[in-house]
Amino acid sequence: MIQSLRIALKDLKSEFRTKQMLNSMLVFSLIVIVIFSISFGNLLNRSQIIGQLAPGVLWISFTFAGTLGLSRSFAAELENGCLDGLKLCSFNWNSIYIGKMLSSTILMITIELIIIPLFIVFFNFNIQGIHGLFIILVLGTIGYISVGTLLSALTVNIRTREILLPVLLLPLIIPILLPAVLATGKLFSGGNITDVFQEIRLLIVYDIIFFVIAQLVFEYAIQD
Amino acid sequence: MLSSESKKVNLLAVLTTIAIIVATGMIFFYLPQMTGGSSEVLGESFKIFYIHLPIAFTSYLAFFIVFVAGIMYLRSSNKKWDILARSSAEVGIGFAFLVIATGSIWAKAVWGWYWIWEPRLTTSLVLLLVYLAYFMVRQSIDEPETRARLSSIFGIVGFAAVPLSFLSVRLWRSVHPLMFGESIYGGSGGGLEGPSLILTLLVNFIAFFMLFATLFVYKIQNEELKEQVNDLKQSME
Repeated sequence: MIQSLRIALKDLKSEFRTKQMLNSMLVFSLIVIVIFSISFGNLLNRSQIIGQLAPGVLWISFTFAGTLGLSRSFAAELENGCLDGLKLCSFNWNSIYIGKMLSSTILMITIELIIIPLFIVFFNFNIQGIHGLFIILVLGTIGYISVGTLLSALTVNIRTREILLPVLLLPLIIPILLPAVLATGKLFSGGNITDVFQEIRLLIVYDIIFFVIAQLVFEYAIQD
Repeated sequence: MLSSESKKVNLLAVLTTIAIIVATGMIFFYLPQMTGGSSEVLGESFKIFYIHLPIAFTSYLAFFIVFVAGIMYLRSSNKKWDILARSSAEVGIGFAFLVIATGSIWAKAVWGWYWIWEPRLTTSLVLLLVYLAYFMVRQSIDEPETRARLSSIFGIVGFAAVPLSFLSVRLWRSVHPLMFGESIYGGSGGGLEGPSLILTLLVNFIAFFMLFATLFVYKIQNEELKEQVNDLKQSME
């Protein structure tokens, strides 16, 4: 556990030193939202329609930004043979997985916390169930990152990894996106936490399933 | 030895053909007129259900085989399991496509649209997409052992999408009809009454499982031959 914390800290430290990934993910998801906001321009005053469209837009922007980060998550370790170094120094390879997952999750949630206020501004929202939204975001992100980190490790040695990762990732995370988008939609249309209990339960179940499966198969994904 | 084995396979193929013909014949000539839950007469279109359900179950079975073979491959690194997994996935994709095709044909007749976006339909589409991605993994790796290892992992993770596909109709309010069991919203399955309906469904199940088995066996033989050819090619170099 401490090993994985160290790996996460190392990742975050090198990330916040350059802010390379953070900035590009942030700008990318902002641009996605702005483009949608422009294309929905004359619908913005009809809150009924926007309330149905917006959750999807929000999650699309997070998903796409996330794939950017995930594709670098393990590929960055290839330089100078860092991945081999990591495999040599930690006793348990699973701690690499947990560490990577922690750092990616923190990065994603940082981006989400910056994007959400901008999103509310662009789409004219006032959110009552903001803490409910936070729970959905965290659960959705954990599920997304736990699949994504595994696939990032899986594709790291494949030549076409930048193309392959989104293709593999998107169908697998639909079980997570589906309840997350539904729940976000309910919260935007004035619901509170009790209304999205069903979705939260489903998200938790899938987080656990994907996390456990990823734990079990991770060492096979990075062995060579 | 090979000839007796291929004789068995040919026999299986013949039996499957007969079973499919009998099963299809039963749907069209043996079934009495159907009535729905509120005893309205269901149209001819409902008959597709007897094909749709067995195909859906067979595709789940195929992907379950991919899942198990994936686990066994990771445990043993035996090439045989990889052949099993990819054969099953390939046949399974065909069945998964047929589920959507038969479902859409029925939906056009009853709902008026081929496709609507609702959980059950979406998840069966996702199922298909996951296994298309499975072949993307296979295609993009040249080295056979890495390919087998990574695609096994993907097959295992991808299988997590299957239970969702199966359960979603019970978790969400859905317009997809529910035949057996109860949904959590209190609406129970229509159920099938009368021995002739159950018998038809059963015969169809057997026929489609046999069809799967036949295709599966042929595919495995095919892949084994491919391996042999590859080995021979390598020994030539």
